Amino acid sequence: MSFLTFSLRDKNELEKGGRSRLAAMADENEPSKECPNCHQSIPLSELWYNNSVCSCGHHFRMKARQRLKMLCDAGSFQEYFGDVTSSDPLSFPGYPEKLSTTQSASRETEAVVCGRAAIGGQPCWLFVMEPYFMMGSMGTAVGERITRTFEAATAERLPVVGCTLSGGARMQEGLLSLMQMAKTCGALKKHSDAGLFYLTVLTDPTTGGVTASFAMGGDVILAEPEATVGFAGARVIEQTTHKALPKTFQRSEFLLEHGFVDAIVPRSEQRELIAKLLLWHREEPHE
Amino acid sequence: MSNTAFDIVQKARSNGRQTGLDYIHALLPDFVELHGDRRYGDDAAIVGGIGTLDGMPVTVIAIEKGHAAKERAMRNFGSPHPEGYRKALRLMKQAEKFHRPVVCLVDTSGAYCGIGAEERGQGQAIAENLMEMMALNTPIVSIVIGEGGSGGALALAVADRVWMLQSAIYSVISPEGCASILWKNAKLAAEAASCLRLTAADAYGFGIIEEVIQEDGRTTEELNAFIKQRLRDTLQELKTESELTEKRYARFRKIGAAPLAAPALTQPQEEINE
Repeated sequence: MSFLTFSLRDKNELEKGGRSRLAAMADENEPSKECPNCHQSIPLSELWYNNSVCSCGHHFRMKARQRLKMLCDAGSFQEYFGDVTSSDPLSFPGYPEKLSTTQSASRETEAVVCGRAAIGGQPCWLFVMEPYFMMGSMGTAVGERITRTFEAATAERLPVVGCTLSGGARMQEGLLSLMQMAKTCGALKKHSDAGLFYLTVLTDPTTGGVTASFAMGGDVILAEPEATVGFAGARVIEQTTHKALPKTFQRSEFLLEHGFVDAIVPRSEQRELIAKLLLWHREEPHE
Repeated sequence: MSNTAFDIVQKARSNGRQTGLDYIHALLPDFVELHGDRRYGDDAAIVGGIGTLDGMPVTVIAIEKGHAAKERAMRNFGSPHPEGYRKALRLMKQAEKFHRPVVCLVDTSGAYCGIGAEERGQGQAIAENLMEMMALNTPIVSIVIGEGGSGGALALAVADRVWMLQSAIYSVISPEGCASILWKNAKLAAEAASCLRLTAADAYGFGIIEEVIQEDGRTTEELNAFIKQRLRDTLQELKTESELTEKRYARFRKIGAAPLAAPALTQPQEEINE
């Protein structure tokens, strides 16, 4: 059983009370994952319960819906714009097939999940990018969903919380993908100029066209520990410069050192901190 | 005349083409260069300054590749660092303050991929240009004169009008990069070039640019005279527009807002008029 199918089963069975946690953990056939940091083997249900964080502190990638569950007040998340999907505007070879297999494997219609929710009682609009959908790459549908999220938040005078994860702009939609960088930045700028608050959480990996657009536009930019965040891929930089890169290159800690993120925040502390920041940026009701 | 997409890629990259500074000297003979980003340094890959276009002061910002080997190295082959994009933004803000229109000339294989560029926030610098250009309260015209390489090109192309020269390209990724990621073989760049739909005719077909500037049948002097006239007329027109930034946002807002059908693959370039 692949990690992906198991974690989906997890979500459906464990979350809806179909299996107790103990029953899941007693499952001897349960697959496990090795932590790349401490090398211990972690049963997937345990990983699920710990928000995909190893006991040593290593943060695994996390499905968008699991992250929403972690951040939002129970039952508060309402999904929007899920019907906005990518077509194949360039007639790019293999792209429709790739989209359809990705959709059925990830059970998502696109690489970002958007909607409205409350965090610690504070209403906000959110977008969370999905690692199991072409590594969160941004095509027209992702750009359109994020743009609509900012526009809806501006209309409602609410903050936006965005969790970024992306390999960059989606090649298969060519120049139309590139233009989504400008489009999302335009929507975010209008939201910002309206005096509204935008917080980003940079997660592993946030690169390319997403780093060079809405990921870096937050009023407050948080990052998960040891997440890879950068513009160019490390391999491309090695090929261009013929230099070996330090191990910490393009990690959250590297960005903190160079002044490009406000704080590195582990998952266990994110909800509380985001709720606090949302509260501090809440609009006072007008008389 | 048969031109594959990859033929056009090679033309766009060829050293014989006019570079940013060639156009600046032809269009604005009284150009004065202004250096530095006031933050960190001065990036030679981006040239910026002020000149007059038939008496109208304009701010012009160009990515410069250089011609001779030594000059090309000094210009980092037209791949800007973050300080280049920050210099460009500084000059655009200055143009806004003094009500000058902005002309950007784009010619880069991409923003530089290096350690220093990452340390100084290449992604953040580009993102800031995208946001600030969208709200800049003065007309902006961007012309892709050679290579329009991804985010590094877009960072100077959030404009009211975007034009491309006939054999310029504009792409989300280089054909070589695309081929090596998708097919693990950079030698399939020619196929990737045609899949990516990166020619001026393609960009026009998708509604991403307003004009394709014909090069065939024009001498360099004729081409420059034509661009000069088009720029002057367009900037005059844009100066009188109301709600310029709203229209600029709407220009980008519509891209990818509805499912798009691919325009016919073999679009004859002759049919596309300026």
